[in-house]
Amino acid sequence: MTYSFVRQDMVDARGAPVNTSGPIAWARRSLFATPSDALLTILAIVFLIWAIPPIYGFIAPTGIGGNAVAPGGTVEDCRVENAGACWAYISARMSFFIYGFYPPAEYWRPNIVFALGALLLFPLLTPKAPFKRTNAVLFFVVYPVICFYLLNGGVFGMRPVPTEQWGGLMVTLIISLVGIICSIPLGILLALGRQSSLPIIKTLCVMFIELWRAVPLITVLFMASVMLPLFMPQGTTVDKLLRALVGVTLFSSAYLAETVRGGLQALPRGQYEAASSLGLSYWKSMGFIILPQALKHVIPGIVNSFIALFKDTSLVSIVGIFDLLNTVQAASSDIEWSSPTQAITGYLFAGFVFWIFCFAMSRYSIYMERRLDTGHKR
Amino acid sequence: MSDTSSATVDRAIDTSHMKVSDTDVAIDVVGMHKWYGDFHVLRDINLKVMRGERIVIAGPSGSGKSTLIRCINRLEEHQEGQIIVNGTELTADLKRIDEVRREVGMVFQHFNLFPHLTILQNLTLAPIWVRGTPKAEAEATAMHYLERVKIPEQANKFPGQLSGGQQQRVAIARSLCMQPRIMLFDEPTSALDPQMVKEVLEVMISLAEEGMTMICVTHEMGFARQVANRVIFMDQGQIIEQNEPEQFFSNPQHERTKLFLSQILH
Repeated sequence: MTYSFVRQDMVDARGAPVNTSGPIAWARRSLFATPSDALLTILAIVFLIWAIPPIYGFIAPTGIGGNAVAPGGTVEDCRVENAGACWAYISARMSFFIYGFYPPAEYWRPNIVFALGALLLFPLLTPKAPFKRTNAVLFFVVYPVICFYLLNGGVFGMRPVPTEQWGGLMVTLIISLVGIICSIPLGILLALGRQSSLPIIKTLCVMFIELWRAVPLITVLFMASVMLPLFMPQGTTVDKLLRALVGVTLFSSAYLAETVRGGLQALPRGQYEAASSLGLSYWKSMGFIILPQALKHVIPGIVNSFIALFKDTSLVSIVGIFDLLNTVQAASSDIEWSSPTQAITGYLFAGFVFWIFCFAMSRYSIYMERRLDTGHKR
Repeated sequence: MSDTSSATVDRAIDTSHMKVSDTDVAIDVVGMHKWYGDFHVLRDINLKVMRGERIVIAGPSGSGKSTLIRCINRLEEHQEGQIIVNGTELTADLKRIDEVRREVGMVFQHFNLFPHLTILQNLTLAPIWVRGTPKAEAEATAMHYLERVKIPEQANKFPGQLSGGQQQRVAIARSLCMQPRIMLFDEPTSALDPQMVKEVLEVMISLAEEGMTMICVTHEMGFARQVANRVIFMDQGQIIEQNEPEQFFSNPQHERTKLFLSQILH
C-alpha cells in the first residue's frame, strides 16, 4: 500500500452548474429551500395580499383606484363616507406646515434660507465636489449668520419676525441642523476629555455626559423653558427657541460623546503608539490618525444619534414651539377642513416627512461607510 | 536574584572595547527600574549605546526586552534611574519627549501603519506636520525611501492591500522619512511568514551597513551574528549577559544564557 501521488493532468476550470444561478435557482434557494421556508413564504404573500389593498385604497387618490381626495379637492369630498386620506387638506394647509405662523408676505425669507441651505449642503456632502474648504466655511460660518438675520429680520428694512412666529418644517430643520452641527465638535471633545489622563478634565466630562444622559429630553426642555427663567434676574429673557436649541444640542452631544468613545476604544493601541513614536503631538495624532479612523468606525452610531435627534425635535412642541408635528396637530382641529380622516391624514403626512429626512440620512451614512472603507479593499 | 552578577558582567563588557566620549553616546541608560503596578518588570538596567552601534536584544518572552526599548522613546515611562537619548534626558516633560521622538524611529511587530492613509501619506504625514517639510519635498523623500525598501510602485495603495513583508518595509521607510539618528526595532519580523522575514532583514542589514544606530529586539539569531556589534541577553527584567556576537554564541557565560541558546539554536 502506498500513498505517493503525482498529478499528471491539470484540471481545467469550467462554468458553474446551470441550476446554481438565475431567477428560478434564486427562488428555490431563497424562498422555497425547505418546507418551512415555503410555508413562511406563502404566509407572507397571503399577508401582503390582505394588507396592501386597503392601505393603497386609503392613500391613493380616486383617479388611480383609491378613495383618497387629491390636492385641489374640496372638504365635501373628504366628508364622503369611506373617503380615504384628505390630501386636499394637506395641500391647502401646506404653507402652515412649512412656515408655521411666519407672516405670508415674508415667506420669501425662509425660502431663500431653504434654497441657500440646499445649495451649500449638497456640494458639501458630495465627495468629488470642488472647493470643499470654502464650501465648509460658507456653510458652517456664513450661512448661520445669514439665516439668523434673514429669518429674524430687523435689519436692511426687513420687518422683524420674533421666533414665536417661526414654525413648521422650518423650525424642525433649524433645531435638528443646529443640534447636529453643534453637537459633533462638542461630542468629540467630550469623548476625548473622557479618555484624557488629566483627572479634572476627565471628571468634568464624565459628570457632564452622565448628567445629560440620565435626564429625559422632555425634562431638559421643561427645565430650559420653565425653570431657567425663575433663576434669571427679573427682566432678562432668553429666547424660547434658543433655549430649546441649547438643550437639544447639549443632550445630543452627551450621546454622541459615548458613541465616539466607542470608536476611540476600538482602535488598536498600536495606532496611538505609532503616532506618538513619529513625534506627532496629541492634537495632531488625534486629528490625523485617531479621529479619522474612530469616526469612520462609528458612522452608523453617529447617524443613529442624528436620526434620534431629528425625531426628538418633535418634543419641543411640549414647551410651545410650533415644530412640524405641532403645526400638524394644531391644524387637525381646524373646523374648515374638519372631516373623519383629517387628523390621520395630517399625521401620515408628518410621519412621511420625518421618514424622508431620516431615510436620506441613513442612506447617506451607508454610502459614506462604503466610500471610506479602505481597510479591507483588495 | 542575580542582580549583582548581571551588573558586574554588564559593566565589565561595556567599557572593554571602546573609548567613551559624550558626543559619541547615542543612548545612555543608567540604573533604570520600571514597574507595572507591583510587578518589577525592568531591574537595574545599565546600557550605553554608542553612535553607529548595532545592538540585538534577545531573551525569552516576558523578559522585558520590548519594554526596555519602548522606554527609550517613552512609550512606557520608567520610575527610577535615567534614560538619556542624544543628550536629552527623558522625563515627564513633553517637550523633551517630542525632541527625543523626533530623533528616534521605531518599528513595531505589527507594523502599525495608518490604514486610512495611502502608503505615500503614511510616509509624508510626520515630516510635513512634525518637521514642517514642504509637501513636495516630503513626497520626494518618501519616494526615495520607498525605492530603498524596493516598493515604490505601491505608493498610492492602502496598507491593507500590501503583504505583511511589504507593510513592514513601509513601516521602516516611514520611520526613515523622519531622518532619525537612532532606530528601534521591536520584533520586526515576528509577525511575518518566513519568506517575508528575509526581505525585511535585507532592509535592516542595508541600514546597518550605512552606520545607523540600531537596537533590535529579535529572535533572528542569524541577523544578530551578521550585523550586531553586541548581543544583549535579558531574562526576568534584567540584563544577564552581553558580548560580541561571536563570543556570545560560541562561549556564553551565564547559565540562563546557555539554557536559552540551547533552546533556540538547533
